Amino acid sequence: MTATWGGLTTGQKKGAFIILGILLFALLEAILHPVDPALQNLDNTFATPTLAEPLGTDQFGRSMLARMGDAVRLSMFLGLLCALTSACVGVALGVLAGWRQGLVDRVISFLVNVLLALPGLVLILLFAALAPGSLTMLYIAISLVLWVEYFRVVRALTRNAVASSQMQASRMLGFGTLYCFRRHVWPTIVTPVMTLAAFGTANSILALAAVGFVYVGLQPPTAELGLMMVELFPYYSDAPWVLAQPIIAVFLMIFALNLLAGRHRQ
Amino acid sequence: MIRLLLKRLLQAAFVAWAVGTISFVLVRMMSSDIAFRVAAGRYGYDNVDAAAAQAVSEELGLDRPGWQLYLHWLWELANFNLGNSLVSGLPVAHEIGHLLGHSLLLAFIAILFATLIAFPVGLYAAMHANGWFDRLALFASSILRAQPVFVIGLILLLIFALQLKLLPVAGFYDIRYVVLPGIALALALAAVSNRIVRHSAFDTINSAFFRFARIKGLSYPQSLVRHGFRNMAVPVIAFMGIQLIALIEGIVMIESLFSWPGIGHGLAHAIFSRDVPMIQGTALTMGLIFVVLNLLVDIACHVIDPRGRRAA
Repeated sequence: MTATWGGLTTGQKKGAFIILGILLFALLEAILHPVDPALQNLDNTFATPTLAEPLGTDQFGRSMLARMGDAVRLSMFLGLLCALTSACVGVALGVLAGWRQGLVDRVISFLVNVLLALPGLVLILLFAALAPGSLTMLYIAISLVLWVEYFRVVRALTRNAVASSQMQASRMLGFGTLYCFRRHVWPTIVTPVMTLAAFGTANSILALAAVGFVYVGLQPPTAELGLMMVELFPYYSDAPWVLAQPIIAVFLMIFALNLLAGRHRQ
Repeated sequence: MIRLLLKRLLQAAFVAWAVGTISFVLVRMMSSDIAFRVAAGRYGYDNVDAAAAQAVSEELGLDRPGWQLYLHWLWELANFNLGNSLVSGLPVAHEIGHLLGHSLLLAFIAILFATLIAFPVGLYAAMHANGWFDRLALFASSILRAQPVFVIGLILLLIFALQLKLLPVAGFYDIRYVVLPGIALALALAAVSNRIVRHSAFDTINSAFFRFARIKGLSYPQSLVRHGFRNMAVPVIAFMGIQLIALIEGIVMIESLFSWPGIGHGLAHAIFSRDVPMIQGTALTMGLIFVVLNLLVDIACHVIDPRGRRAA
Protein backbone atom coordinates (compact mmCIF):
# COMPACT_ATOMS: atom_id res chain seq x y z
CA MET A 1 0.00 0.00 0.00
CA THR A 2 2.80 2.43 0.93
CA ALA A 3 4.62 1.44 -2.26
CA THR A 4 1.50 2.29 -4.29
CA TRP A 5 1.20 5.66 -2.56
CA GLY A 6 4.88 6.44 -3.20
CA GLY A 7 4.42 5.71 -6.90
CA LEU A 8 1.85 8.47 -7.32
CA THR A 9 2.77 11.86 -8.71
CA THR A 10 2.16 15.05 -6.73
CA GLY A 11 -0.93 15.78 -8.81
CA GLN A 12 -2.36 12.34 -8.13
CA LYS A 13 -1.77 12.77 -4.40
CA LYS A 14 -3.60 16.10 -4.47
CA GLY A 15 -6.49 14.39 -6.25
CA ALA A 16 -6.56 11.61 -3.67
CA PHE A 17 -6.64 14.17 -0.84
CA ILE A 18 -9.57 16.04 -2.37
CA ILE A 19 -11.49 12.78 -2.86
CA LEU A 20 -10.75 11.81 0.72
CA GLY A 21 -11.99 15.21 1.90
CA ILE A 22 -15.24 14.85 -0.07
CA LEU A 23 -15.83 11.33 1.25
CA LEU A 24 -15.12 12.54 4.77
CA PHE A 25 -17.64 15.37 4.36
CA ALA A 26 -20.27 12.94 3.05
CA LEU A 27 -19.72 10.42 5.86
CA LEU A 28 -19.44 12.93 8.70
CA GLU A 29 -22.58 14.67 7.49
CA ALA A 30 -24.43 11.35 7.72
CA ILE A 31 -23.19 10.74 11.27
CA LEU A 32 -23.19 14.20 12.83
CA HIS A 33 -26.09 15.91 11.09
CA PRO A 34 -29.18 13.71 11.33
CA VAL A 35 -31.58 16.03 9.48
CA ASP A 36 -34.03 14.73 6.88
CA PRO A 37 -32.96 16.20 3.50
CA ALA A 38 -36.62 16.27 2.40
CA LEU A 39 -37.88 18.11 5.51
CA GLN A 40 -39.42 21.39 4.38
CA ASN A 41 -39.69 24.60 6.33
CA LEU A 42 -41.43 27.19 4.19
CA ASP A 43 -40.93 29.94 6.79
CA ASN A 44 -37.20 29.70 6.33
CA THR A 45 -36.46 29.61 2.58
CA PHE A 46 -33.08 30.71 1.26
CA ALA A 47 -31.69 31.32 4.71
CA THR A 48 -28.14 32.61 4.54
CA PRO A 49 -25.53 30.33 6.10
CA THR A 50 -25.63 30.35 9.90
CA LEU A 51 -24.10 28.20 12.60
CA ALA A 52 -27.18 25.94 12.64
CA GLU A 53 -27.37 25.75 8.84
CA PRO A 54 -23.77 26.12 7.59
CA LEU A 55 -24.84 25.89 3.93
CA GLY A 56 -28.14 27.76 4.15
CA THR A 57 -31.51 26.45 2.98
CA ASP A 58 -33.11 25.98 -0.46
CA GLN A 59 -36.38 27.14 -2.02
CA PHE A 60 -38.45 24.91 0.30
CA GLY A 61 -36.40 25.72 3.37
CA ARG A 62 -34.73 22.31 3.26
CA SER A 63 -31.33 22.06 4.91
CA MET A 64 -28.70 22.39 2.16
CA LEU A 65 -26.13 20.65 4.36
CA ALA A 66 -28.32 17.57 4.58
CA ARG A 67 -29.13 17.70 0.87
CA MET A 68 -25.53 18.18 -0.21
CA GLY A 69 -24.42 15.32 2.03
CA ASP A 70 -27.11 13.10 0.55
CA ALA A 71 -26.34 14.12 -3.04
CA VAL A 72 -22.56 13.69 -2.69
CA ARG A 73 -23.04 10.26 -1.10
CA LEU A 74 -25.35 9.26 -3.95
CA SER A 75 -22.94 10.48 -6.64
CA MET A 76 -19.84 8.93 -5.10
CA PHE A 77 -21.64 5.66 -4.36
CA LEU A 78 -22.99 5.33 -7.88
CA GLY A 79 -19.68 6.44 -9.42
CA LEU A 80 -17.61 3.92 -7.47
CA LEU A 81 -20.15 1.13 -7.96
CA CYS A 82 -20.31 1.70 -11.72
CA ALA A 83 -16.52 1.91 -12.00
CA LEU A 84 -16.14 -1.32 -10.01
CA THR A 85 -18.80 -3.22 -11.96
CA SER A 86 -17.59 -2.10 -15.36
CA ALA A 87 -13.96 -2.77 -14.40
CA CYS A 88 -14.78 -6.34 -13.32
CA VAL A 89 -16.81 -7.08 -16.45
CA GLY A 90 -14.42 -5.29 -18.80
CA VAL A 91 -11.27 -6.88 -17.37
CA ALA A 92 -12.77 -10.38 -17.23
CA LEU A 93 -14.06 -10.28 -20.80
CA GLY A 94 -10.96 -8.44 -22.04
CA VAL A 95 -8.62 -11.07 -20.63
CA LEU A 96 -10.86 -13.83 -21.95
CA ALA A 97 -11.01 -12.34 -25.45
CA GLY A 98 -7.33 -11.42 -25.54
CA TRP A 99 -6.20 -14.81 -24.27
CA ARG A 100 -8.55 -17.28 -25.96
CA GLN A 101 -9.02 -15.18 -29.13
CA GLY A 102 -10.90 -16.99 -31.90
CA LEU A 103 -14.69 -17.27 -31.60
CA VAL A 104 -14.99 -15.83 -28.07
CA ASP A 105 -13.05 -12.76 -29.15
CA ARG A 106 -15.18 -12.28 -32.26
CA VAL A 107 -18.46 -12.60 -30.36
CA ILE A 108 -17.50 -10.12 -27.63
CA SER A 109 -15.94 -7.70 -30.09
CA PHE A 110 -19.17 -7.79 -32.10
CA LEU A 111 -21.11 -6.91 -28.95
CA VAL A 112 -18.70 -4.03 -28.28
CA ASN A 113 -19.20 -2.68 -31.79
CA VAL A 114 -22.95 -2.72 -31.27
CA LEU A 115 -22.56 -0.74 -28.05
CA LEU A 116 -20.12 1.72 -29.62
CA ALA A 117 -22.50 2.47 -32.47
CA LEU A 118 -24.46 4.82 -30.20
CA PRO A 119 -22.99 7.69 -28.17
CA GLY A 120 -22.94 6.68 -24.49
CA LEU A 121 -25.28 9.34 -23.16
CA VAL A 122 -27.96 8.55 -25.77
CA LEU A 123 -27.86 4.90 -24.66
CA ILE A 124 -28.09 5.96 -21.00
CA LEU A 125 -31.04 8.23 -21.82
CA LEU A 126 -32.82 5.39 -23.65
CA PHE A 127 -32.32 3.12 -20.63
CA ALA A 128 -33.51 5.91 -18.36
CA ALA A 129 -36.66 5.97 -20.50
CA LEU A 130 -37.23 2.26 -19.77
CA ALA A 131 -37.69 2.87 -16.06
CA PRO A 132 -38.11 6.55 -15.17
CA GLY A 133 -36.57 7.62 -11.90
CA SER A 134 -34.91 4.26 -11.27
CA LEU A 135 -31.37 4.36 -9.86
CA THR A 136 -30.87 0.67 -10.66
CA MET A 137 -31.56 1.29 -14.33
CA LEU A 138 -29.10 4.20 -14.42
CA TYR A 139 -26.52 1.99 -12.72
CA ILE A 140 -26.99 -0.75 -15.33
CA ALA A 141 -26.93 1.73 -18.23
CA ILE A 142 -23.80 3.58 -17.09
CA SER A 143 -21.93 0.35 -16.37
CA LEU A 144 -22.97 -1.00 -19.76
CA VAL A 145 -21.45 2.04 -21.45
CA LEU A 146 -18.28 2.08 -19.34
CA TRP A 147 -17.09 -1.54 -19.53
CA VAL A 148 -16.35 -1.23 -23.27
CA GLU A 149 -13.35 0.99 -22.60
CA TYR A 150 -11.76 -1.47 -20.14
CA PHE A 151 -12.43 -4.30 -22.54
CA ARG A 152 -10.63 -2.66 -25.45
CA VAL A 153 -7.54 -1.69 -23.44
CA VAL A 154 -7.30 -4.98 -21.52
CA ARG A 155 -7.86 -7.07 -24.64
CA ALA A 156 -5.02 -5.35 -26.52
CA LEU A 157 -2.62 -5.59 -23.56
CA THR A 158 -3.50 -9.24 -22.90
CA ARG A 159 -2.86 -10.15 -26.52
CA ASN A 160 0.63 -8.65 -26.26
CA ALA A 161 1.34 -10.30 -22.92
CA VAL A 162 0.18 -13.72 -24.10
CA ALA A 163 2.32 -13.47 -27.24
CA SER A 164 5.42 -12.36 -25.30
CA SER A 165 8.42 -14.67 -25.10
CA GLN A 166 8.43 -14.49 -21.28
CA MET A 167 4.93 -15.90 -21.13
CA GLN A 168 5.79 -18.61 -23.68
CA ALA A 169 8.71 -19.59 -21.49
CA SER A 170 6.44 -19.83 -18.46
CA ARG A 171 3.97 -21.96 -20.41
CA MET A 172 6.73 -24.30 -21.57
CA LEU A 173 8.00 -24.64 -18.01
CA GLY A 174 4.54 -25.96 -17.22
CA PHE A 175 3.12 -23.12 -15.14
CA GLY A 176 -0.66 -23.03 -15.01
CA THR A 177 -3.13 -20.47 -16.32
CA LEU A 178 -3.58 -18.77 -12.96
CA TYR A 179 0.16 -18.35 -12.45
CA CYS A 180 0.60 -16.93 -15.95
CA PHE A 181 -2.25 -14.50 -15.38
CA ARG A 182 -0.83 -13.27 -12.07
CA ARG A 183 2.74 -13.13 -13.31
CA HIS A 184 2.43 -11.87 -16.89
CA VAL A 185 -1.01 -10.43 -17.63
CA TRP A 186 -2.07 -8.72 -14.40
CA PRO A 187 1.07 -6.54 -14.00
CA THR A 188 0.66 -5.09 -17.49
CA ILE A 189 -3.03 -4.27 -17.13
CA VAL A 190 -3.27 -3.06 -13.53
CA THR A 191 -2.05 0.53 -14.04
CA PRO A 192 -4.16 1.29 -17.13
CA VAL A 193 -7.18 -0.26 -15.40
CA MET A 194 -6.69 1.98 -12.36
CA THR A 195 -6.45 5.04 -14.62
CA LEU A 196 -9.59 3.98 -16.46
CA ALA A 197 -11.35 3.38 -13.14
CA ALA A 198 -10.67 6.95 -12.03
CA PHE A 199 -11.99 8.30 -15.35
CA GLY A 200 -14.90 5.86 -15.17
CA THR A 201 -15.92 7.11 -11.73
CA ALA A 202 -15.75 10.68 -13.00
CA ASN A 203 -17.79 9.80 -16.07
CA SER A 204 -20.47 8.05 -14.01
CA ILE A 205 -20.80 11.09 -11.75
CA LEU A 206 -21.07 13.30 -14.86
CA ALA A 207 -23.64 11.00 -16.45
CA LEU A 208 -25.80 10.94 -13.32
CA ALA A 209 -25.69 14.73 -13.08
CA ALA A 210 -26.40 15.02 -16.82
CA VAL A 211 -29.55 12.88 -16.81
CA GLY A 212 -30.67 14.71 -13.68
CA PHE A 213 -30.03 18.01 -15.42
CA VAL A 214 -32.13 17.16 -18.49
CA TYR A 215 -34.82 16.01 -16.04
CA VAL A 216 -35.11 12.37 -17.08
CA GLY A 217 -33.00 10.81 -14.33
CA LEU A 218 -33.91 10.57 -10.67
CA GLN A 219 -37.02 12.50 -9.74
CA PRO A 220 -37.61 15.10 -7.03
CA PRO A 221 -37.44 15.20 -4.04
CA THR A 222 -34.24 13.14 -4.39
CA ALA A 223 -31.18 15.20 -3.59
CA GLU A 224 -29.10 14.75 -6.75
CA LEU A 225 -26.50 17.23 -7.97
CA GLY A 226 -27.72 17.70 -11.57
CA LEU A 227 -31.35 17.88 -10.46
CA MET A 228 -30.47 20.42 -7.77
CA MET A 229 -28.86 22.65 -10.41
CA VAL A 230 -32.03 22.78 -12.52
CA GLU A 231 -34.25 23.26 -9.50
CA LEU A 232 -32.16 26.06 -8.04
CA PHE A 233 -31.33 27.81 -11.31
CA PRO A 234 -34.53 29.93 -11.40
CA TYR A 235 -33.54 31.38 -8.01
CA TYR A 236 -29.99 32.30 -8.97
CA SER A 237 -30.40 36.00 -8.19
CA ASP A 238 -32.09 35.33 -4.83
CA ALA A 239 -29.57 32.78 -3.63
CA PRO A 240 -26.45 32.40 -5.76
CA TRP A 241 -24.60 30.65 -2.93
CA VAL A 242 -27.17 27.84 -2.95
CA LEU A 243 -26.89 27.31 -6.72
CA ALA A 244 -23.10 27.37 -6.43
CA GLN A 245 -23.03 24.40 -4.03
CA PRO A 246 -23.95 21.52 -6.36
CA ILE A 247 -21.82 23.09 -9.12
CA ILE A 248 -18.76 23.25 -6.87
CA ALA A 249 -19.38 19.72 -5.61
CA VAL A 250 -19.49 18.26 -9.15
CA PHE A 251 -16.46 20.31 -10.15
CA LEU A 252 -14.39 19.18 -7.17
CA MET A 253 -15.25 15.51 -7.64
CA ILE A 254 -14.46 15.47 -11.37
CA PHE A 255 -11.35 17.62 -10.96
CA ALA A 256 -9.99 15.39 -8.18
CA LEU A 257 -10.72 12.20 -10.12
CA ASN A 258 -9.03 13.61 -13.23
CA LEU A 259 -6.01 14.50 -11.11
CA LEU A 260 -6.01 11.03 -9.61
CA ALA A 261 -6.16 9.44 -13.05
CA GLY A 262 -2.91 11.22 -13.86
CA ARG A 263 -1.75 11.97 -17.37
CA HIS A 264 -4.49 12.37 -19.89
CA ARG A 265 -5.26 9.46 -22.18
CA GLN A 266 -3.66 9.83 -25.55
CA MET B 1 -12.41 3.91 -49.31
CA ILE B 2 -15.12 1.34 -50.06
CA ARG B 3 -14.27 -0.48 -46.83
CA LEU B 4 -14.60 2.77 -44.90
CA LEU B 5 -18.08 3.31 -46.31
CA LEU B 6 -19.13 -0.28 -45.64
CA LYS B 7 -17.90 -0.09 -42.04
CA ARG B 8 -19.92 3.04 -41.37
CA LEU B 9 -22.95 1.59 -43.17
CA LEU B 10 -22.79 -1.42 -40.85
CA GLN B 11 -22.55 0.96 -37.90
CA ALA B 12 -25.66 2.78 -39.11
CA ALA B 13 -27.48 -0.56 -39.27
CA PHE B 14 -26.40 -1.31 -35.67
CA VAL B 15 -27.71 2.07 -34.55
CA ALA B 16 -31.07 1.46 -36.20
CA TRP B 17 -31.36 -2.04 -34.75
CA ALA B 18 -30.32 -1.02 -31.22
CA VAL B 19 -32.59 2.02 -31.11
CA GLY B 20 -35.46 0.07 -32.69
CA THR B 21 -35.14 -2.77 -30.19
CA ILE B 22 -34.99 -0.53 -27.14
CA SER B 23 -37.96 1.46 -28.41
CA PHE B 24 -39.82 -1.77 -28.97
CA VAL B 25 -39.14 -2.90 -25.41
CA LEU B 26 -40.38 0.52 -24.31
CA VAL B 27 -43.69 0.03 -26.08
CA ARG B 28 -44.07 -3.48 -24.67
CA MET B 29 -43.48 -2.18 -21.17
CA MET B 30 -46.20 0.39 -21.55
CA SER B 31 -48.97 -0.60 -19.22
CA SER B 32 -52.48 0.79 -19.49
CA ASP B 33 -51.32 3.34 -16.98
CA ILE B 34 -48.82 4.63 -19.54
CA ALA B 35 -51.48 4.55 -22.24
CA PHE B 36 -53.48 6.73 -19.88
CA ARG B 37 -50.58 9.15 -19.58
CA VAL B 38 -50.14 9.30 -23.34
CA ALA B 39 -53.83 9.98 -23.76
CA ALA B 40 -53.53 12.70 -21.12
CA GLY B 41 -50.63 14.24 -23.00
CA ARG B 42 -52.77 14.34 -26.12
CA TYR B 43 -56.16 15.45 -24.83
CA GLY B 44 -55.29 17.12 -21.52
CA TYR B 45 -55.76 15.56 -18.09
CA ASP B 46 -59.35 16.68 -17.70
CA ASN B 47 -60.61 14.98 -20.89
CA VAL B 48 -59.14 11.51 -20.32
CA ASP B 49 -61.23 8.47 -19.44
CA ALA B 50 -60.69 4.71 -19.62
CA ALA B 51 -62.04 4.60 -23.19
CA ALA B 52 -59.44 7.06 -24.43
CA ALA B 53 -56.67 5.07 -22.73
CA GLN B 54 -58.06 1.88 -24.28
CA ALA B 55 -58.02 3.51 -27.72
CA VAL B 56 -54.36 4.47 -27.29
CA SER B 57 -53.50 0.96 -26.17
CA GLU B 58 -55.22 -0.50 -29.26
CA GLU B 59 -53.51 2.00 -31.53
CA LEU B 60 -50.14 0.81 -30.22
CA GLY B 61 -51.21 -2.81 -30.79
CA LEU B 62 -50.45 -3.93 -27.25
CA ASP B 63 -52.59 -7.09 -27.62
CA ARG B 64 -50.72 -8.89 -30.46
CA PRO B 65 -48.03 -11.58 -29.84
CA GLY B 66 -44.56 -10.21 -29.07
CA TRP B 67 -42.33 -11.57 -31.84
CA GLN B 68 -44.83 -10.60 -34.53
CA LEU B 69 -44.95 -7.10 -33.19
CA TYR B 70 -41.13 -6.97 -33.02
CA LEU B 71 -40.66 -8.00 -36.68
CA HIS B 72 -43.35 -5.60 -37.77
CA TRP B 73 -41.67 -2.86 -35.74
CA LEU B 74 -38.26 -3.43 -37.34
CA TRP B 75 -39.86 -3.69 -40.79
CA GLU B 76 -41.50 -0.32 -40.35
CA LEU B 77 -38.18 1.10 -39.18
CA ALA B 78 -36.35 -0.37 -42.19
CA ASN B 79 -38.85 1.46 -44.39
CA PHE B 80 -38.18 4.70 -42.50
CA ASN B 81 -41.75 4.67 -41.32
CA LEU B 82 -41.33 6.24 -37.90
CA GLY B 83 -45.00 6.68 -37.09
CA ASN B 84 -46.68 9.64 -35.46
CA SER B 85 -45.72 11.47 -32.32
CA LEU B 86 -47.97 10.36 -29.48
CA VAL B 87 -48.13 13.86 -28.09
CA SER B 88 -48.57 16.15 -31.09
CA GLY B 89 -50.03 13.52 -33.45
CA LEU B 90 -47.84 14.77 -36.30
CA PRO B 91 -45.55 12.39 -38.24
CA VAL B 92 -42.23 11.94 -36.41
CA ALA B 93 -40.29 12.39 -39.65
CA HIS B 94 -41.83 15.85 -40.04
CA GLU B 95 -40.99 16.86 -36.47
CA ILE B 96 -37.43 15.61 -36.82
CA GLY B 97 -36.95 17.45 -40.09
CA HIS B 98 -37.82 20.57 -38.14
CA LEU B 99 -35.38 19.80 -35.29
CA LEU B 100 -32.50 18.43 -37.35
CA GLY B 101 -31.55 21.72 -39.01
CA HIS B 102 -31.17 23.46 -35.66
CA SER B 103 -29.01 20.67 -34.24
CA LEU B 104 -26.76 20.60 -37.28
CA LEU B 105 -26.35 24.38 -37.10
CA LEU B 106 -25.37 24.12 -33.42
CA ALA B 107 -22.96 21.24 -34.10
CA PHE B 108 -21.38 23.13 -36.99
CA ILE B 109 -20.94 26.33 -34.97
CA ALA B 110 -19.51 24.38 -32.03
CA ILE B 111 -16.95 22.54 -34.18
CA LEU B 112 -16.03 25.79 -35.94
CA PHE B 113 -15.53 27.73 -32.69
CA ALA B 114 -13.69 24.81 -31.10
CA THR B 115 -11.29 24.67 -34.04
CA LEU B 116 -10.79 28.43 -33.97
CA ILE B 117 -9.95 28.26 -30.26
CA ALA B 118 -7.98 25.01 -30.13
CA PHE B 119 -5.65 25.48 -33.10
CA PRO B 120 -4.15 28.90 -32.29
CA VAL B 121 -3.93 28.11 -28.56
CA GLY B 122 -2.39 24.68 -29.09
CA LEU B 123 0.00 25.91 -31.76
CA TYR B 124 1.23 28.89 -29.73
CA ALA B 125 1.61 26.67 -26.65
CA ALA B 126 3.67 24.17 -28.67
CA MET B 127 5.94 26.87 -30.10
CA HIS B 128 6.62 28.14 -26.60
CA ALA B 129 6.48 24.76 -24.87
CA ASN B 130 6.61 24.89 -21.06
CA GLY B 131 6.41 28.68 -21.12
CA TRP B 132 3.84 30.65 -19.16
CA PHE B 133 1.25 30.45 -21.93
CA ASP B 134 1.61 26.68 -22.21
CA ARG B 135 1.11 26.28 -18.46
CA LEU B 136 -1.83 28.68 -18.45
CA ALA B 137 -3.46 26.74 -21.31
CA LEU B 138 -2.95 23.48 -19.40
CA PHE B 139 -4.45 25.00 -16.26
CA ALA B 140 -7.47 26.43 -18.09
CA SER B 141 -8.02 23.14 -19.91
CA SER B 142 -7.93 21.17 -16.65
CA ILE B 143 -10.46 23.52 -15.07
CA LEU B 144 -12.81 23.38 -18.07
CA ARG B 145 -12.44 19.63 -18.38
CA ALA B 146 -13.60 19.16 -14.79
CA GLN B 147 -16.99 20.76 -15.55
CA PRO B 148 -19.91 19.05 -17.14
CA VAL B 149 -20.66 20.96 -20.33
CA PHE B 150 -23.98 22.22 -18.94
CA VAL B 151 -22.17 23.97 -16.08
CA ILE B 152 -20.04 25.86 -18.61
CA GLY B 153 -23.28 26.79 -20.37
CA LEU B 154 -24.91 27.76 -17.08
CA ILE B 155 -22.04 30.07 -16.13
CA LEU B 156 -21.95 31.71 -19.57
CA LEU B 157 -25.72 32.12 -19.36
CA LEU B 158 -25.49 33.80 -15.96
CA ILE B 159 -22.73 36.18 -17.03
CA PHE B 160 -23.57 37.15 -20.60
CA ALA B 161 -27.34 36.78 -20.76
CA LEU B 162 -28.62 37.49 -17.26
CA GLN B 163 -26.04 39.88 -15.77
CA LEU B 164 -24.65 41.78 -18.78
CA LYS B 165 -27.78 41.22 -20.90
CA LEU B 166 -25.64 41.09 -24.04
CA LEU B 167 -27.13 37.96 -25.54
CA PRO B 168 -30.55 36.28 -25.49
CA VAL B 169 -31.19 33.61 -22.87
CA ALA B 170 -32.92 30.74 -24.65
CA GLY B 171 -34.88 29.62 -27.69
CA PHE B 172 -34.08 30.35 -31.31
CA TYR B 173 -35.24 33.35 -33.29
CA ASP B 174 -32.16 34.77 -34.99
CA ILE B 175 -28.46 34.12 -35.25
CA ARG B 176 -27.58 35.80 -31.94
CA TYR B 177 -29.24 32.89 -30.14
CA VAL B 178 -26.62 30.43 -31.37
CA VAL B 179 -23.68 32.30 -29.82
CA LEU B 180 -23.92 31.18 -26.19
CA PRO B 181 -24.78 27.48 -26.74
CA GLY B 182 -22.21 27.35 -29.53
CA ILE B 183 -19.45 28.80 -27.37
CA ALA B 184 -20.34 26.65 -24.35
CA LEU B 185 -20.08 23.51 -26.45
CA ALA B 186 -16.95 24.77 -28.22
CA LEU B 187 -15.18 25.50 -24.92
CA ALA B 188 -15.86 21.99 -23.69
CA LEU B 189 -14.49 20.50 -26.92
CA ALA B 190 -11.52 22.87 -27.18
CA ALA B 191 -10.51 22.19 -23.56
CA VAL B 192 -9.36 18.75 -24.63
CA SER B 193 -8.47 19.26 -28.27
CA ASN B 194 -6.11 22.22 -27.71
CA ARG B 195 -3.87 19.87 -25.72
CA ILE B 196 -3.93 17.35 -28.54
CA VAL B 197 -3.01 20.11 -31.02
CA ARG B 198 -0.23 21.19 -28.68
CA HIS B 199 1.27 17.68 -28.39
CA SER B 200 0.92 16.97 -32.09
CA ALA B 201 2.45 20.34 -33.06
CA PHE B 202 5.23 19.90 -30.50
CA ASP B 203 6.17 16.52 -31.98
CA THR B 204 6.10 17.94 -35.50
CA ILE B 205 8.17 21.03 -34.71
CA ASN B 206 10.80 18.89 -32.97
CA SER B 207 10.92 16.26 -35.70
CA ALA B 208 13.87 15.59 -38.00
CA PHE B 209 11.98 16.50 -41.17
CA PHE B 210 10.96 19.86 -39.75
CA ARG B 211 14.55 20.66 -38.73
CA PHE B 212 15.67 19.63 -42.22
CA ALA B 213 13.16 22.03 -43.78
CA ARG B 214 14.63 24.81 -41.65
CA ILE B 215 18.24 23.79 -42.48
CA LYS B 216 17.61 23.79 -46.21
CA GLY B 217 16.66 27.43 -45.90
CA LEU B 218 12.87 27.69 -45.51
CA SER B 219 11.70 30.32 -43.06
CA TYR B 220 9.84 29.25 -39.94
CA PRO B 221 6.35 30.16 -41.28
CA GLN B 222 7.15 28.47 -44.59
CA SER B 223 8.24 25.24 -42.90
CA LEU B 224 5.18 25.36 -40.72
CA VAL B 225 2.75 25.81 -43.60
CA ARG B 226 4.38 23.40 -46.08
CA HIS B 227 5.64 20.64 -43.80
CA GLY B 228 4.11 21.22 -40.40
CA PHE B 229 0.35 21.61 -40.78
CA ARG B 230 -0.40 18.52 -42.77
CA ASN B 231 1.60 16.30 -40.46
CA MET B 232 0.18 17.69 -37.26
CA ALA B 233 -3.38 17.58 -38.61
CA VAL B 234 -3.67 13.79 -38.78
CA PRO B 235 -3.65 12.94 -35.05
CA VAL B 236 -5.78 16.01 -34.34
CA ILE B 237 -8.50 15.05 -36.82
CA ALA B 238 -8.39 11.41 -35.70
CA PHE B 239 -8.91 12.68 -32.16
CA MET B 240 -11.85 14.81 -33.28
CA GLY B 241 -13.43 11.52 -34.33
CA ILE B 242 -13.16 10.30 -30.74
CA GLN B 243 -14.47 13.64 -29.50
CA LEU B 244 -17.65 13.34 -31.56
CA ILE B 245 -19.12 11.33 -28.69
CA ALA B 246 -18.57 14.35 -26.44
CA LEU B 247 -20.12 16.56 -29.12
CA ILE B 248 -23.31 14.49 -29.38
CA GLU B 249 -23.61 14.21 -25.59
CA GLY B 250 -22.94 17.94 -25.28
CA ILE B 251 -25.69 18.68 -27.78
CA VAL B 252 -28.22 16.81 -25.62
CA MET B 253 -27.31 18.79 -22.51
CA ILE B 254 -26.73 22.21 -24.07
CA GLU B 255 -29.95 22.06 -26.08
CA SER B 256 -31.90 21.26 -22.94
CA LEU B 257 -30.23 24.11 -21.06
CA PHE B 258 -30.81 26.73 -23.76
CA SER B 259 -34.22 25.36 -24.86
CA TRP B 260 -32.64 24.97 -28.29
CA PRO B 261 -35.24 23.43 -30.62
CA GLY B 262 -32.99 20.57 -31.71
CA ILE B 263 -32.80 16.78 -31.63
CA GLY B 264 -31.23 16.55 -28.15
CA HIS B 265 -33.90 18.72 -26.60
CA GLY B 266 -36.50 16.68 -28.50
CA LEU B 267 -35.05 13.43 -27.12
CA ALA B 268 -35.07 14.64 -23.52
CA HIS B 269 -38.60 15.96 -23.96
CA ALA B 270 -39.82 12.74 -25.58
CA ILE B 271 -38.37 10.63 -22.77
CA PHE B 272 -40.00 12.87 -20.20
CA SER B 273 -43.42 12.55 -21.84
CA ARG B 274 -42.99 8.84 -22.75
CA ASP B 275 -43.51 9.58 -26.44
CA VAL B 276 -42.01 6.35 -27.84
CA PRO B 277 -42.09 7.12 -31.59
CA MET B 278 -40.38 10.44 -30.88
CA ILE B 279 -37.82 8.73 -28.60
CA GLN B 280 -37.08 6.27 -31.38
CA GLY B 281 -36.91 8.96 -34.06
CA THR B 282 -34.70 11.38 -32.14
CA ALA B 283 -32.35 8.69 -30.78
CA LEU B 284 -32.07 7.23 -34.27
CA THR B 285 -31.26 10.64 -35.72
CA MET B 286 -28.63 11.34 -33.05
CA GLY B 287 -27.06 7.96 -33.78
CA LEU B 288 -27.07 8.61 -37.51
CA ILE B 289 -25.57 12.10 -37.10
CA PHE B 290 -22.83 10.38 -35.08
CA VAL B 291 -22.23 7.87 -37.88
CA VAL B 292 -22.17 10.52 -40.61
CA LEU B 293 -19.77 12.77 -38.69
CA ASN B 294 -17.53 9.74 -38.08
CA LEU B 295 -17.58 9.05 -41.79
CA LEU B 296 -16.57 12.67 -42.52
CA VAL B 297 -13.63 12.33 -40.10
CA ASP B 298 -12.59 9.08 -41.79
CA ILE B 299 -12.70 10.75 -45.19
CA ALA B 300 -10.76 13.79 -43.93
CA CYS B 301 -8.00 11.51 -42.56
CA HIS B 302 -8.01 9.61 -45.82
CA VAL B 303 -7.57 12.79 -47.87
CA ILE B 304 -4.92 14.39 -45.66
CA ASP B 305 -2.76 11.33 -45.00
CA PRO B 306 -1.89 9.21 -48.04
CA ARG B 307 0.06 6.76 -45.83
CA GLY B 308 -3.00 5.14 -44.29
CA ARG B 309 -4.75 4.54 -47.62
CA ARG B 310 -3.24 1.18 -48.41
CA ALA B 311 -3.96 -0.10 -44.91
CA ALA B 312 -7.56 1.11 -44.89
